[in-house]
Amino acid sequence: MRTLASFALLRESWVGMIGAGIIVFWILVAVFAQLISPFDPLATLQPFAKPGTTYAKGGIFLLGTDHIGRDILSRLIWGSRTVLVYAPLATFTAYVVGILMGLAAGYRRGWVDDVLSRISDIILSFPVLVLYIIIIATIGASGVNIIIAITFASAPGIMRIVRGLVLDLRNRDYVAAAQTRGESAWRIMLVEILPNARGPLIVDACLRMGYVIITIGVLGFLGLGLPPPDPDWGGMINETRQMAMAFPHMALFPCMAISSLILGFNLLADGLREISLRD
Amino acid sequence: MFVLLLKRIAFMVITMIVVSVLLFLLLEISPGSVATKVLGPYSSEEQRNLWLEQHGYFEPIYVRYFSWLGNFVTGDFGESIRFKVPVSEVLWPRLGNTVILGVAVFAVMIPLSLVLGILAGMREGSKLDRTISVTSIITTSVPEFASAVFLSALFVFWLKWLPGTSGMAEGFNLKELVLPVMVLVLYDFGYVARMTRASMVEVMTMPYIRTAVLKGLPYNKVILKHALRNALVAPFTVIMLQINWLLSGVIIVEFFFAYKGFGALLLEASLNQDIFLIEACAMVAVFVAVATQTIADVGYTYLNPRIRFS
Repeated sequence: MRTLASFALLRESWVGMIGAGIIVFWILVAVFAQLISPFDPLATLQPFAKPGTTYAKGGIFLLGTDHIGRDILSRLIWGSRTVLVYAPLATFTAYVVGILMGLAAGYRRGWVDDVLSRISDIILSFPVLVLYIIIIATIGASGVNIIIAITFASAPGIMRIVRGLVLDLRNRDYVAAAQTRGESAWRIMLVEILPNARGPLIVDACLRMGYVIITIGVLGFLGLGLPPPDPDWGGMINETRQMAMAFPHMALFPCMAISSLILGFNLLADGLREISLRD
Repeated sequence: MFVLLLKRIAFMVITMIVVSVLLFLLLEISPGSVATKVLGPYSSEEQRNLWLEQHGYFEPIYVRYFSWLGNFVTGDFGESIRFKVPVSEVLWPRLGNTVILGVAVFAVMIPLSLVLGILAGMREGSKLDRTISVTSIITTSVPEFASAVFLSALFVFWLKWLPGTSGMAEGFNLKELVLPVMVLVLYDFGYVARMTRASMVEVMTMPYIRTAVLKGLPYNKVILKHALRNALVAPFTVIMLQINWLLSGVIIVEFFFAYKGFGALLLEASLNQDIFLIEACAMVAVFVAVATQTIADVGYTYLNPRIRFS
């Protein structure tokens, strides 16, 4: 309930409101892609059309078309589905793994903590994109592999935050009470400790969602993302960047779309942090 | 202090060893696929077996690992499959180019972000503070590949001021360095500025700052002589850790602008499954990352007397 309450408090932070507004906008676009997309995102209609060109068989290419004649607006609209499915999914899996690791390390302490912390230190010492490139280039580019790579690279960071919070919370009275009642360790971790650690985790999740969107975009941009032809913002930029000098609109609009979505999550995180600091 | 240094160096060595084992396992666990990658998909079974025999691939895996490690430490990284030359011949010049890029980025980013961070943190909550904070959120939200597209569209396509690629085909050209540096600075200065701001805000609430103000020191003297010294300890660590981030950033920027640097090399090696080159690049990247972390940790302790003398 308090989570809902803090979202209601968001009204007091205009920065957070703008962020939430941008995110809601893209979610609506993704949900209603079928209705609002003017063309088939995969159909090759008329190559190299500038924004605003009228299509001979009816309709206007509001944002122009790409080098093989697909409507950019339609691809943007459908591409929002790709990013809004994979980014939350990857963030969620990373959080499940990171939270379990962090709870175990912080609550059990001892060798469990040592082993998990050392593993995290080593993974975190990698330059993150180097890690992604090596993993994806070795296991191949697919939706599942992208989620695996993101989980592998992000879980250690999440674990560190959770571990820190647990170390603080494990000595509280209600934890001692639960221990006296004879509750199992995992029940204490998940039911007693985790809900009380959620404030900082929600802020971190928003920021991390931004990073995951960047990562998915970067992988697409480097040609390591989801296989074509399904529209994916990063992939759209990769396919058209060679033509960017002559036809900048092709890469420009996907860049704007992805930046706005990341900005949405960053602003939301900033707003939530501001509110959580207030009380 | 000395103990800390030893501890950090030990951690560094252990990290490098673990990473090398993982890399080796990931890339060379099956000799058959190594031979296929080296000799190409159209090589015959006998050719592959002959190559494996010659290069000692029929030894047990731990023997192979240690001989690989031995060669690696002495600077023999093997031969690049793609470039058909020893890995070190491609690796070091490319790394040099990336160092040039990195130095240029830091030369612009550090003064810019420190000044902005200090100005914002001096008076928390002021209009200037809010403006700088929001600007830095916006610039950090634009990923490098997107700002590369935006800046190219602006400076190359519309204004025609700068070249769109940075291949340096006719020798070193400062103009070709401008866009890559701009992209990297734009993404990162916001983060460093925010960290500096946070550190400055914290210092400004300290009692000794109030004392300095109350005893009648001019405000700029309070800032320059009292606040800055302590406020700059945290940004030092942050800046050192940015080198780790820069290793990711250069991959994107070098790929986009066709700059012949280390990041583009690593990407090319990975995309072509050039295993010996991947191994060398990854080890160099991890070494740089871990070494800068060590310097950041040790430096932080050294700069912070409260830790140094405890």
